[in-house]
Amino acid sequence: MPRTTLYGTRIRAMRLARDLSQADLARGAGVSPSYLNLIEHNRRRVPGPLLAAIAGALGIAPEILTEDGGDSLLEALRATAAMTSADPPPELDRVEEFAGRFPGWAAHLAALQTRAEAQERIIERLSDRMAHDPNLSEALHEIVSAVTAVQSTAAILAETDDLERVWLDRFHHNIHSDSVRLATAAEALVAYLDVAAEETGLAAPQEELESWLARQAFHVAALEGGEKAPGETAALAGLTEDQPELASHAARALARGWLERAQDDARALPLERLVPALSAMVASGAGFRPEDLARQFEVALPRLFRRLASLPPVPGVPRFGLVVCDGSGTLTFRRPVEGFALPRFGGACPVWPLFPALMQPGRPIRAVLETASRPVHRFLAHAVAEPVGAARFDPPLAWEASMLLTPATPQMLPAADDASMRPGALPVGSSCRVCFRADCVARREPSILAS
Amino acid sequence: MDQESGGPPDVSRPAGNGAVTESGAAVSGPRGQGGGRAVLVIEDEPNISEAIRFILRRDGWMVMTHADGHDALDKIEAVRPALVILDVMLPGRSGFEILRAMRELAALRLVPVLMLTAKGQSADRDLAMQAGASLFMAKPFSNTELLASVRQLVGA
Repeated sequence: MPRTTLYGTRIRAMRLARDLSQADLARGAGVSPSYLNLIEHNRRRVPGPLLAAIAGALGIAPEILTEDGGDSLLEALRATAAMTSADPPPELDRVEEFAGRFPGWAAHLAALQTRAEAQERIIERLSDRMAHDPNLSEALHEIVSAVTAVQSTAAILAETDDLERVWLDRFHHNIHSDSVRLATAAEALVAYLDVAAEETGLAAPQEELESWLARQAFHVAALEGGEKAPGETAALAGLTEDQPELASHAARALARGWLERAQDDARALPLERLVPALSAMVASGAGFRPEDLARQFEVALPRLFRRLASLPPVPGVPRFGLVVCDGSGTLTFRRPVEGFALPRFGGACPVWPLFPALMQPGRPIRAVLETASRPVHRFLAHAVAEPVGAARFDPPLAWEASMLLTPATPQMLPAADDASMRPGALPVGSSCRVCFRADCVARREPSILAS
Repeated sequence: MDQESGGPPDVSRPAGNGAVTESGAAVSGPRGQGGGRAVLVIEDEPNISEAIRFILRRDGWMVMTHADGHDALDKIEAVRPALVILDVMLPGRSGFEILRAMRELAALRLVPVLMLTAKGQSADRDLAMQAGASLFMAKPFSNTELLASVRQLVGA
């Protein structure tokens, strides 16, 4: 159903590309031109058989009109437009037409953008390393110092004709000791760069972790069941070896941390008890109330959120998305859910309940969110912040906020008398650059869509 | 740390000149332009300062070396050299800091300073110039250029 918008626009684009008049196409498809006009302007849905007839009249496969990639491709194209400073700027108002008429070019553009961003980040990381890595700058300083001494001393030896024996010996000795030092420093540098070369994968460590988890649909079956066994940490570490997504040392370290936490979560919330309880709650019509599950299993809300976002598919229960941020508001974990766009880089939408939760630690926040997308999607969000690690009095205190997202379907929405569920959804976006809510008070920079 | 002569062979001694002085006259060639004026080399790499010392002495300069950033300013005040060759990366206190402190002292404000650094980046160059360096030279340097710079800065 959400694709309806695209069909009309795409049909129109395809027809124009073929220099057909509405009357021509309408005749070919066996409908009236006025009906086709309504379809093309997205005022009427297109029944399946008619779609096939229109595709036939256009001389294309129906899939070309309906094929997916629509929403996510459009998102990607808008993000691309947000990054460019091209003049004239990309015709954002015609992005659907572009994707509809040239799906291949559009996909290629989106892929190029992804690659460009990844490469920019590698460059950034390498420059950071050049500028800030103490090992590297020390090694380089050592080499430059030794080379300076060698060059200057060698020049003296080469250019001084009447050099006394005692100076000759002295400078020979110096050159020898500096060349030994130079060789050692060069070896250290080579060894360092050899190790560092591994870290030049295309993705940031967090993205490597996320794509590794995405391949497993965010559920690692090996963590289920069983008591804590000796050698378990090693076994967990084994899960991160030889995984194509986990190319960097940093990503494997993140993955090990994730696995350890997920295993603790799995023990506290075993599948065989959690899944029936969750199914029963959703089926009861009382709505999705994570606080009840947390109480029943005696776990903190963030743990329940993490567990729900890494469950295998449960029949009758929508999927869960999860966003976690640290005390600085930086997103540290993203488990996407269809229809809720998460920013890939930079800050997220400040309206997300995740951030107010961070400001009121320990106070759970529930809200219905309305996305800044066409079509609009509604999500039920639960967010809470809690301190990280064991309780302590000494700084630094680390905080973490988690936000669980699930489509706001009727069976998930809690009973209408719940005070926190009054009508009126919270308008949110993904990030300001690609959000069309021009008058949002939380906006931190102009949108490229506003104009 | 401080070395007035440094290294086993005193510069003048191999020349067999009995009148050993810091002027380095014994090794200064006929074309020497130092005229016995003092150059203070503040550099923590002994082999680099030894090479510089040799080059400058043969040109008739009196060269003193100092390897520590911490008390370098005291040393400069005590010696009152005609020129300071100052490394950026020093133990104790950076060359930039020493230079800034020099420029705040009336007595040292006008002493020419040749800044040496292993980082030839333009950021370092700018920083050196802002701090009041007379000239900036990246390592590794050529002996000829170094000598020419010293002569130019002191107006030899």
